[in-house]
Amino acid sequence: MAVCIAVIAKENCPLYIRSVPTQGELKFHYTVHTSLDVVEEKISGVGKALADQRELYLGLLYPTEDYKVYGYVTNSKVKFVIVVDSSNTSLRDNEIRSMFRKLHNSFTDVMCNPFYNPGDPIQSKAFDSIVSTMMVQAC
Amino acid sequence: MDQGSAAGTGGTFISLSDTEQRCYSGLYALCQPDSSGKLAAGKVAELFRASQLPAETLHQVTEVCGAKRLGYFGCGQFYVALKLMAAAQVGLPVRLESVAGELPLPVFVGIMNELEMRYPNHPSTNESQPHILGSLTGSAPRPPADRPVLRHPDTSMDKQEAWSPPRSPGISPPRSPSAYRSYPYGAQRNGTDTLLAHDGNVPGRLSVPQENSSPSHYSLKLQSEHPVITCVASVERLVERAEIDYSDEPWRITEEQREYYTNQFRSLQPDLNALIMGTVAKNFFTKSKLPIPELSHIWELSDVDKDGALTFPEFCTAFHLIVARKNGYPLPETLPATLRPGFVEPGVVTVPPSEATEPLIVFDDKMMPGANQLEMGSVDLQMTSRPGVTAKQDTRDESRKPEFSPKRIPDPHEKPIQRVSTLKPDSPQELDANMKSRTRPRSYSSTSIDDAMKKVEEPPTPPPRPQKTHSRASSLDLNKLFQQSGQGSRPSQHSLSAKSGWLPPPPALPPRPPATQIFSFLPGSEKSSQKAVQQPNFADFSKFREEQESSVRGGLSTEDLAPPKSDSTLRHQGHAPQKPVRRKLHPESESATPPSATPYSAATLTKSTQRPPPKQKREIQMAIRKNRETNAVLTRLNSELQQQLKVVHRERVTLESQLELLRPVAST
Repeated sequence: MAVCIAVIAKENCPLYIRSVPTQGELKFHYTVHTSLDVVEEKISGVGKALADQRELYLGLLYPTEDYKVYGYVTNSKVKFVIVVDSSNTSLRDNEIRSMFRKLHNSFTDVMCNPFYNPGDPIQSKAFDSIVSTMMVQAC
Repeated sequence: MDQGSAAGTGGTFISLSDTEQRCYSGLYALCQPDSSGKLAAGKVAELFRASQLPAETLHQVTEVCGAKRLGYFGCGQFYVALKLMAAAQVGLPVRLESVAGELPLPVFVGIMNELEMRYPNHPSTNESQPHILGSLTGSAPRPPADRPVLRHPDTSMDKQEAWSPPRSPGISPPRSPSAYRSYPYGAQRNGTDTLLAHDGNVPGRLSVPQENSSPSHYSLKLQSEHPVITCVASVERLVERAEIDYSDEPWRITEEQREYYTNQFRSLQPDLNALIMGTVAKNFFTKSKLPIPELSHIWELSDVDKDGALTFPEFCTAFHLIVARKNGYPLPETLPATLRPGFVEPGVVTVPPSEATEPLIVFDDKMMPGANQLEMGSVDLQMTSRPGVTAKQDTRDESRKPEFSPKRIPDPHEKPIQRVSTLKPDSPQELDANMKSRTRPRSYSSTSIDDAMKKVEEPPTPPPRPQKTHSRASSLDLNKLFQQSGQGSRPSQHSLSAKSGWLPPPPALPPRPPATQIFSFLPGSEKSSQKAVQQPNFADFSKFREEQESSVRGGLSTEDLAPPKSDSTLRHQGHAPQKPVRRKLHPESESATPPSATPYSAATLTKSTQRPPPKQKREIQMAIRKNRETNAVLTRLNSELQQQLKVVHRERVTLESQLELLRPVAST
C-alpha cells in the first residue's frame, strides 16, 4: 500500500500528487521531487537502447529509512512515482509492478478523454478511485 | 407573496397545502400582479379560460371568490378562485364549502403566454446557479420547443420556482436528489427537448434547429397521453406516477429519447455502426454548456471501452447523462446498469463486432505521440496478461463495467489486427481522412495498406480497355483484341462496351471484301487483262485507279456489311447506335457516286493491268487493298471512338462535380 502516489508530466511538472495526509504532505512532495533526479538518471542511462527495449518499470529508486520510492516512466516521459512505507516489507516487486500497471492504465483512460487537455492536473474521479485503492487506507 | 394568509384576505379562510401554495403563487406571479397586489384582469381571464371550465362556472367562481364584489383579483381572491376552479374541474359545485377540503391542483391548458411570461422569471431565479444554467440566454430555441409543452411547465415551473432556492447550493449531491425527484417524470416523459421547459437550459445546448421539432413531437404525444398526471398534488406522488408510468429510474433511456439520440448520432456520423471521434464528440457535447470537469466525468462514464471514441450506445449513454445533468441530476459515480451500452441489446445495439474494432488511430489522437509507443511498451511489458485478456475482449459487450486494466492491454493489439478487416465496413470517409491526417507509425501501415488496396483495385480495370480498343494491329490481331475487350468490358460501362462491342464486326469484314473483290476482281481481271494488252500505257494509272476504286468499293461493301452488324451489336448495347448509323449514311452517300463509276472503270482498267505479273501483282494489290480497307475502317473507328470518348468525358466531369458537391456534406 502506497503512502504517496505522484504523476509527473514530461516537463517535470506534477499532474497529480496524492499522499496519505497523516504524515505531512510536504515531505512527500519533496521526496517525489528529489526522486525525479534519480528517474532522469535511470532514463538517460539506457539512452542507447531503443525505446522498446527500455524498461518502463524503473524499480526502486532509492530507499530511505522510512520509506522506499519506486519509479515508472512511460514512453511519453510521464513519470509515476510511488512512495511506500518501509515498514510494509510484505510488498513484493510484482505488486509494485501491478500497481504501476493499474496507474498506467487509468492514466491512459484519462488521456483518452477528449475533455482532458494534456498538461492539466488530473481531475478524473476514476483515476482518483484507482489511486485510492492503492493508497494506504487511512482516514 | 404571502401564501398562508393570502386566502384569509379574501374574507374566507382556506387552508392551502404546500403544493397548492406553490402552484398558486406561481400562477399568481403569472398574472402580473401590480404593486398593490391586484392581478391584471386580462391575464386572469386568460388563465381562467385555460382552465377549460365553462364560462358560467367561471362566472360563478369569480362571484364566489369575491373578486366580482371587489372588482379585481387580489391575492386572496385569486387563490380562492384557483381553488374553486380546481373543485370545479374535479366536479364539485362551485361553493366555498367545496374548497375546504383537499383538492388536486387546477389544470390550465394551452397558455402560451403563460409560458413565455414564466420564462422571464427564470433567469432571475436561476442566475444563482451558473454552472447549470449557462445557456439561459439562448432563449431563441426555447419558445418553439416550449410551445408544445403545454401542461408541464404549468406545474413543474411552479415547482421549479419553489425549488429554486434549494438549487442554489447547486452541485451538492445530497440535496439534489430530494429536490429533483419531480424531474424524472418530466425527464422520462418528454424526451430531451421538453426538459427544456424545466430548465430552459437545454435549448441553448441543442443549438441545432432541427432538434426542436422532433422532440416537441415526442412531448406532444406524451402529454396527450397523460393529461391528468400533470397536477398531482405531491412530489412523492409524481415520483410514484413516473415510476408507475415508465417503471424506471431516470437513468433509463426511453424509446423516444433513443430515437432522438439516434438522430443526433446520425448528424455527427451517418453510419450507426461507426464511431464518433473524441474531438467531434467533445465539440458536440461542449455545446451543452456543461462545465468541462462534468463533461469529462460523463465521458469517463460513458466511454466504456476507453478508446477515445464513442460507439452508438456509448453516445446514447453520454447524451443521456448530459441531459440528466442538465436537469439537475447528480452525476453517478459509476455507470448505472440501464445505461450500460450492453444493456439494450435486442432492438438497438446490433454491432458488437464493430465495437471491438475501434480504430487505433482514434486512440492515438488523444494521446501524445509518445503514448503510442507507450501502448506498445505496455503491451510488451504485460505479455502474460494479454492472452487472458484477449478472451475478455470478445466478451467486452457483456463486461461493461469500467475495469480498466483488463481491457486496456489488448486494445492496442487487437485494434490494428481487426482494423484492417473492418476498416472498410466502417465509415470510410471520415475514418480515412482522420487516419491519414493523424497516423502513427503502427497504424499508418495498416491504413496505407487499406488505401493502397483500395486504390489498387480501381486502376487495373480501366487502362487495359482503352489499350485494347486503340491498339493497332493487323485485322487478325484486331479481331482477337476486340473480342477480348468486348468480353472484358461487357460487364463494365455501357459506352465503352458499346465501343468495343461495335468493334468486332468491322474487322470481320475486311477478309470478306477481298473475297468479293476477288469475285469482282476476277471478271474484271479478265477484262483488264485484255485492256492491258491493248493499252499498256494506262497500266499504272489504271492500277492506281483500280485500287482506289476497289478500296472504295471494298469500303462500300464493308460499309454495307458493317451497318447490319453494327446494328445488331448496337441494339444489344443500345448506347452508340446513332453515330455508326450516321457514319453509315456518309460512306453510303460517298460511295453512292463512285460505285456507278467503279464497275466501268474497274472492268476496263483491270483488263489492261493484269497480264504482265498477274499473281504477284494480285497479291500485292490485295494486300494493299486490305491495308487500305483496314486503314479506312480504323480511321472511321477512331473518329467514332473519339466521339464516344468525348461523351464519356462529359459524363465523368458531371459525375465528378456531383461527387465534389456531395463530398463536403459527407465528410463533416
